[in-house]
Amino acid sequence: MAETVLTNPGHSTARLEGWRGIAADWASDQRAFKNVSWGKAMMWIFLLSDTFIFSCFLLSYMTARMSTTVPWPNPSEVFALNIGGNHIPLILIAIMTFVLISSSGTMAMAVNFGYRRDRVRTAILMLVTAAFGATFVGMQAFEWTKLIMEGVRPWGNPWGAPQFGASFFMITGFHGTHVTIGVIFLIAIARKVLRGDFDVERRGFFTSRKGYYEIVEIMGLYWHFVDLVWVFIFAFFYLW
Amino acid sequence: MTNATIHMEGQLHAPAHGAVATGAVHAKGQQHPIKLYLVVWGWLFVLSTCSYLVDYFGLHGYLRWSLILLFMMLKAGLIVAVFMHMAWERLALAYAILLPPIAVLVFVSIMVLESEYTHLLRVLFFATPS
Repeated sequence: MAETVLTNPGHSTARLEGWRGIAADWASDQRAFKNVSWGKAMMWIFLLSDTFIFSCFLLSYMTARMSTTVPWPNPSEVFALNIGGNHIPLILIAIMTFVLISSSGTMAMAVNFGYRRDRVRTAILMLVTAAFGATFVGMQAFEWTKLIMEGVRPWGNPWGAPQFGASFFMITGFHGTHVTIGVIFLIAIARKVLRGDFDVERRGFFTSRKGYYEIVEIMGLYWHFVDLVWVFIFAFFYLW
Repeated sequence: MTNATIHMEGQLHAPAHGAVATGAVHAKGQQHPIKLYLVVWGWLFVLSTCSYLVDYFGLHGYLRWSLILLFMMLKAGLIVAVFMHMAWERLALAYAILLPPIAVLVFVSIMVLESEYTHLLRVLFFATPS
């Protein structure tokens, strides 16, 4: 169990807390984030780098939109749908938001059941999360199709500033790619959970070190991040 | 491997844990009552609905923007703190991850100034009748 203790976030080995703890950790000649496993720290650092990429996309979009003299399309109207004879502004994006938030809820619960070593519930919740993710991507495909049919292109659109098309396809496309990768990642880990790889400490992709359900949490970090990015896209791209 | 594992990093734990956690069988890692996740999930729904209603009711100006940013930050905060367990991580990790994005805000303010300047030049020299 020596290895587990070293990488286990659950064990608190009398380390300093507060500012003294930060100073002690960062001045450490061993590992900067004491009690945080490599897997988690590396996923966080990857997510930080992804944050910068998404920030740059949203920033370029902001710069384009603020500096253009051509009218910007009204997203509220662009993403409106006619449902049962009613014209509802932005409804498609609202539904997509709820779908993604629900997927975050099921994912958080999957992590919890993973640590309780409840294999079946963990796998089912992960697959439900993947289903929500796939639904989201499906709705995005519908959204893209609708806009392409209406004449939106990366170099133009029927309602004004051509940068609208470029930012739309870039930002939602990059986010949708993340969701798609997440769905694949979820299904792969759910299969391992169901098969009991983490109980028998089977070696393999992403599980080579030990049989410990932390990978479910690490995968969850990725998934919640995708939801997190959508919070910002929703605010800056669709509500602006 | 029984009780020692319950003591995680600690500070924010006391209120969240309570009765549900003590009885349960404990494994390693982040252990929180399912109820906490359901409550956060509910709040995310409420906040998203609020964001949507800001648009639905067609609010404008500073009111619209302060509400949008408020709901956005609350949602982001809940996701990072609870779903991603940042509230229970070591401070060294939390600061290493949370501080750098704040630097992006400096970039944002630079680009706001820059784009307003570009806009001004375009209006002055290339204005298209609209």
